[in-house]
Amino acid sequence: MTVDPIARVRRPRGVPLALLVPALLGLAFMTLPMVGLLLRAPWRTMPRRLAEPEVLDALWLSAVTATAATGLCLLLGLPLAWLLARVEFRGRGLVRALVTVPLVLPPVVGGVALLLVFGRNGIVGSLLAETLGVTLPFSTAGVVLAMAFVSMPFLVIAVEGALRGADARYEEAAATLGAGRWTVFTHVTLPLVAPGIAAGAVLCWARALGEFGATITFAGNFPGRTQTMPLAVYLALETDLEAAIVLSVILLAVSVTVLACLRERWTAAP
Amino acid sequence: MRTTVALAAAAALLALTACGPSGGGAKQRGDLGGALTVFAAASLTETFTAIGEDFEEAHPGVEVAFSFAGSSSLAAQIDQGAPADVFAAAAPANMADAVDAGNAADPEAFARGRLVIAVPEGNPEAITGLADLTDPGLKVALCAEAVPCGAAALTALDAAGAALTPVTYEPDVKAALAKVTLGEVDAALVYRTDIAAAEGVEGVEFPESEAAVNEYSIAVLTDAPNPAAAEAFVSYVRSEAALDVLADAGFQAP
Repeated sequence: MTVDPIARVRRPRGVPLALLVPALLGLAFMTLPMVGLLLRAPWRTMPRRLAEPEVLDALWLSAVTATAATGLCLLLGLPLAWLLARVEFRGRGLVRALVTVPLVLPPVVGGVALLLVFGRNGIVGSLLAETLGVTLPFSTAGVVLAMAFVSMPFLVIAVEGALRGADARYEEAAATLGAGRWTVFTHVTLPLVAPGIAAGAVLCWARALGEFGATITFAGNFPGRTQTMPLAVYLALETDLEAAIVLSVILLAVSVTVLACLRERWTAAP
Repeated sequence: MRTTVALAAAAALLALTACGPSGGGAKQRGDLGGALTVFAAASLTETFTAIGEDFEEAHPGVEVAFSFAGSSSLAAQIDQGAPADVFAAAAPANMADAVDAGNAADPEAFARGRLVIAVPEGNPEAITGLADLTDPGLKVALCAEAVPCGAAALTALDAAGAALTPVTYEPDVKAALAKVTLGEVDAALVYRTDIAAAEGVEGVEFPESEAAVNEYSIAVLTDAPNPAAAEAFVSYVRSEAALDVLADAGFQAP
């Protein structure tokens, strides 16, 4: 049997059809909905719709809250990732599992749980209301909290992975030269895993931007205050399909831009 | 071992596919059968669930499945081709959307609903009417304007001349009520029937609700997969037995 040279070119390195066909189907399955969105988008009225105050409000609110949520995740998630990657302690496996729970938890459930803790009658919420007069539900801060809850795992997992992949010998060298753990963390560890942190932060931001379930449950829906882009899409869907498509296209554009920023890291992956 | 798993999976698949036709196979002349999908307003959750059970008892071949959500959301889903047989909307506007889009025809009114102010049990803020809700210290939840309870709430507030800024516009009436049940808001405008179905809340009647009575209507959908059962269900909802269930829950006759 001789191998047909053309067939070899068509299927490089002999990719079996049994894998190639489902792979292409999978690709089509994932890309077609986005193509459909772009085909249905009312491109002619797009600029006018983009300038509508409700759209701008939702877009601005989404950008601000997702950024704030990412900041909160960095503040709390970085140390948590470091703890998981660098410190041996009993129950580390359990802690790691707990951290990933929001990944698999339906966001609406997360929203209910947040209400029960940070709500007006919640364990922490009632304390906040009594001592500081702060109530989180139905506020922009509540949106940030809901977003941080669902997107924190993305950051922790990405950074922990980067920390584990990083060469610990640099840290050991710094330690033998007399640097304390904090100095090692800020001067050696952080610069070493900076690309991993950046990637984690971008993923975290993108997840926060798309957050819906926990937000509408915990923070409610009020234009300009808690109505983020996904909430605006959901409510527009009921009255004005075109508006919903316009908002969706914007979110899609933002997501693709985020991916483009990450492209180098992802294509460079071994 | 692997083969056994594969065989079991294949057998399960076969069993599943075999179930499909047999479910609809009971459609003989004069004899209703198959699956019936009813899209109904969120405020009908309790009553329609009960009516559905009675209907199944009367027609043993039929299996009724409900999808409860905001009427506007349901109308949008139907317009996008959701495979439903019957649509029950909480307001004429949402039914009109479905009729105008050619998705439903000849809707029939079957109940009327009135708004009340939902407050936690015991009415801790001593709310007596819509004017009390404008107190800036109070947190109030309304339905979004697109949903019937939201549109009705706006009409009632207009009638009362009350300028109210809620803390949230909820996507359906049950979500608005849940915010009261959870104690996150002090009051919400919901239907009287929602109060009857919930625990830990009570309703405060207000005169302006007269201006915002919602008419519930029901129709068979144009593309109903099971039109015979759909017709039967629509007539059942307008029967004496079903109207009793609705009246018991606090709905008014159409």
